[in-house]
Amino acid sequence: MLTQLTHDIATPLSRRRWLAATAGLVLGLAAFTSAKAADDTIKVGVLHSLSGTMAISETTLKDTVLFMIDEQNKKGGVLGKKLEAVVVDPASNWPLFAEKARELITKDKVAVVFGCWTSVSRKSVLPVFKELNSILFYPVQYEGEESERNVFYTGAAPNQQAIPAVDYLMKEEKVKRWVLAGTDYVYPRTTNKILEAYLKSKGVKQEDIMINYTPFGHSDWQTIVADIKKFGSAGKKTAVVSTINGDANVPFYKELGNQGIKATDIPVVAFSVGEEELAGIDTKPLLGHLAAWNYFESIKTPANEKFIKEWQAYTKNPKRTTNDPMEATYIGFNMWVKAVEKAKSTDADKVIDALPGTKTPNLTGGVAEVLPNHHITKPVFIGEIKGNGQFDVVWKTPGLVAGDAWSKELPDSKDLIGDWVSKKCGNYNTKTNKCGGQAS
Amino acid sequence: MLSKVLRNFRALPFAVLLIVATILPAMAGAFEDAVAKFANDEFSDTEEAVDALATSTNPLAYTIVSALQDDRLMADPDTKKIYVKQPDGKIIDALTGAPVDSIPDSAASVRLNNKLRRHVAAALGSLTLQSPDPAKRVQAAQSVFKTHDEAMLPAVDSALAKETNKDAKLAFSEARAAILLFKEDATDPEKLEAIATIRARGDQEALALLTGLSGEQPPAVARAAAGATAAIQNKLAMWSAVQNAWYGLSLGSVLLLAAIGLAITFGVMGVINMAHGEMVMIGAYTTFVVQQTIRSSFPGLFDYSLLIAVPLAFLVAGAIGVLIERSIIRFLYGRPLETLLATWGLSLVLQQAVRTMFGPTNQEVGNPSWMSGAFDLGQITITYNRLWILCFTLAVFVILLAMLRYTALGLEMRAVTQNRRMAASMGIATSRVDALTFGLGSGIAGIAGVALSQIDNVSPNLGQSYIIDSFMVVVFGGVGNLWGTLVGAFTLGIANKFLEPVAGAVLGKIAILVLIILFIQKRPRGLFALKGRAVEA
Repeated sequence: MLTQLTHDIATPLSRRRWLAATAGLVLGLAAFTSAKAADDTIKVGVLHSLSGTMAISETTLKDTVLFMIDEQNKKGGVLGKKLEAVVVDPASNWPLFAEKARELITKDKVAVVFGCWTSVSRKSVLPVFKELNSILFYPVQYEGEESERNVFYTGAAPNQQAIPAVDYLMKEEKVKRWVLAGTDYVYPRTTNKILEAYLKSKGVKQEDIMINYTPFGHSDWQTIVADIKKFGSAGKKTAVVSTINGDANVPFYKELGNQGIKATDIPVVAFSVGEEELAGIDTKPLLGHLAAWNYFESIKTPANEKFIKEWQAYTKNPKRTTNDPMEATYIGFNMWVKAVEKAKSTDADKVIDALPGTKTPNLTGGVAEVLPNHHITKPVFIGEIKGNGQFDVVWKTPGLVAGDAWSKELPDSKDLIGDWVSKKCGNYNTKTNKCGGQAS
Repeated sequence: MLSKVLRNFRALPFAVLLIVATILPAMAGAFEDAVAKFANDEFSDTEEAVDALATSTNPLAYTIVSALQDDRLMADPDTKKIYVKQPDGKIIDALTGAPVDSIPDSAASVRLNNKLRRHVAAALGSLTLQSPDPAKRVQAAQSVFKTHDEAMLPAVDSALAKETNKDAKLAFSEARAAILLFKEDATDPEKLEAIATIRARGDQEALALLTGLSGEQPPAVARAAAGATAAIQNKLAMWSAVQNAWYGLSLGSVLLLAAIGLAITFGVMGVINMAHGEMVMIGAYTTFVVQQTIRSSFPGLFDYSLLIAVPLAFLVAGAIGVLIERSIIRFLYGRPLETLLATWGLSLVLQQAVRTMFGPTNQEVGNPSWMSGAFDLGQITITYNRLWILCFTLAVFVILLAMLRYTALGLEMRAVTQNRRMAASMGIATSRVDALTFGLGSGIAGIAGVALSQIDNVSPNLGQSYIIDSFMVVVFGGVGNLWGTLVGAFTLGIANKFLEPVAGAVLGKIAILVLIILFIQKRPRGLFALKGRAVEA
């Protein structure tokens, strides 16, 4: 009943009920926090922002976890027990993420938490998960340079998104000049550092790389788009690698379209633009701009078609899109269920030990496997934006790419590996054979 | 002998016939083979097909390639049949041009990637070089200019010789110059002439062409190219200053639009309204609802959607403003801290309410056709949406100014602002004027939302990104002075745009903030301080 209530809140246009639902949420959260851990259910924590700036992206993932729990309960739950969602709202407030995580683990006694989107929120909850020894599944592509015992990273590491995308542009589009444009925070900065090192290792000169950062929610792109145009008119094929954060993308793409930069002249490949973000724009002027992901809604596999159908039925919205972080949540949830069944327990230590090596099918016809560094194997797809707001896959990696916790391109981290199976260490230095190399 | 000649004469037509009979199917075969390749749905096959069609003389070639460009070419993988959906909705068989009633369900549109799109553009270019429409010929010449493919030289030469239209002639000679510049065996005088033509064109594409020239050129050509590059760069540098000024004006107009409502509520009434941004957001959502209604019920009116949304947004946001004033703010006059906290809380409530009603994701607000695209003025690109927003902002400003000056309500507003007790003694219903003033400020914020929905995300967070900027503009311009807000907004906009290329967007913004703080230290009342009794009130 309570999961039903929170679900209602996310359903658009339930105008008549919003007041009741908001009130219900407040009461509901109060009820959750005072509820004692019941023995006949397994509690699953959902730590995604439902209000504030990040609600735009994270609400969907909350719905995804609730949807997965619903499906699992229809199949009889896990270990003979029903799953019960505990939803909290950290309100896009980073310190609140840590508080809410602590509340989920100590008060609600959840067995596992699915949550976080931004890297800063993940960094904020890390100490809590370590101290209280619980499990977090993190479903978003991130900058890497991390491998923690209590965290499983089901989104892409830079070598599973950024590097293959650049490879594609180099090989297929013969790009010689690069604009690395990003929002000014840790993910774009680290990703661009890795990309810059990678491009230079491929013989790209400093003067052929332009790096540009903009504040969060930047909306006036005139100057930057004109700069890109100018940079692109130096006689060499130019491409833009965009790590611009979700919200700023709509005005960025609108400006690109208006200033007439076509994908055939200067293609833009984005790492944070998915089906959800495109829902806010008329995509016809953006035809052919690219995105690199490990999943696209348009990929035709029986598993994906079934997932989309059931998701739209669950949300009662036949137009509801799916996206990459949703697939990562789907994979993470199924991984956890498998590991719990393998360990025959929800005890965090047992599940953490059972997870590496666990395999579960992804939605694009491959198999995701948890690696000893707590990342997973993923295929990488390059999609071109179509006129209907979907992506058309134009290229994919021949096989699955194993996620690197530590980038091989950066001098500080090239000797480090994460191995929680044989070495029991997240930052093992293969040169000195010691645990505790340089950690970020 | 005679009979031999006669036989020969009889043989000749026969031979001609024979040749024609063998060549025609071969030519038709090339066209058919090319079209058949579309059914494979492989990028490499599609590429070969497009390149083959580019040189085909079949009249259907242009139809097929342009359909491919617009995603109207459908291939049925089962029957290997190819269909063209014509822009008027009719369907033809791509091979024969015969009309077809319907496309089978298994057919899907032939896919493209960027490389293919370039091939398609080049093919269309070569297919339209002889088009009867001069605009199309110019476009074709431009695409040849970009690809400067040697193989196109004879076609361009013959087109140039026949050309009578001035624009098309120039475009063709530029295309010819581009080809010659990159042609391996072109003579030096030819290349020098080509450089002169390209130098005269003098835009960014000309620059791209010249800088893309390989290093191994005869000294005279290399010198001329370097000279032309420098000349174009100088010209472009001058234009870039003009461009920055235009961008500054455009940013200033957005700032002014967002701040002008605040200039009323904060400037005139002295209410620190943190929920001002949410009024902007409500205006944007009103636009969204209007467009949704138009899309589902009156699709023909779409180009007028913004005109319809403006009064509605004013009424909706204004009504909510009056409601807020009557239910919250009137109890808090003279207590700025409490007003600040209450309105900030209110802004969160409004955001979450919108999030609950419409969902947390962005909503699509379309640009009407007259607000899409751009035109070139000299070497700068002016986008229509920015230009219209600038005009719209100035219009709103003028109307507001006139309202305050010439209407009874405006007079009452100014009276209450300047001396509340005196105004009350003169029989003005001050509390009614307060409510209307606040409603007016909110309504104008709603109008701003209509315009901002054209350039920004329509999401519940829309307002947040404007509230700080709005306060900055009003404080900088001088509280209580509309002209100050105007000058403040444009000053900040232009300063920002001249700083941005030098310092970057992040540092530029910080620099502006620091400058404003320093300025406020020097002149605490902003650019245009109100003088007289009102200051004490």
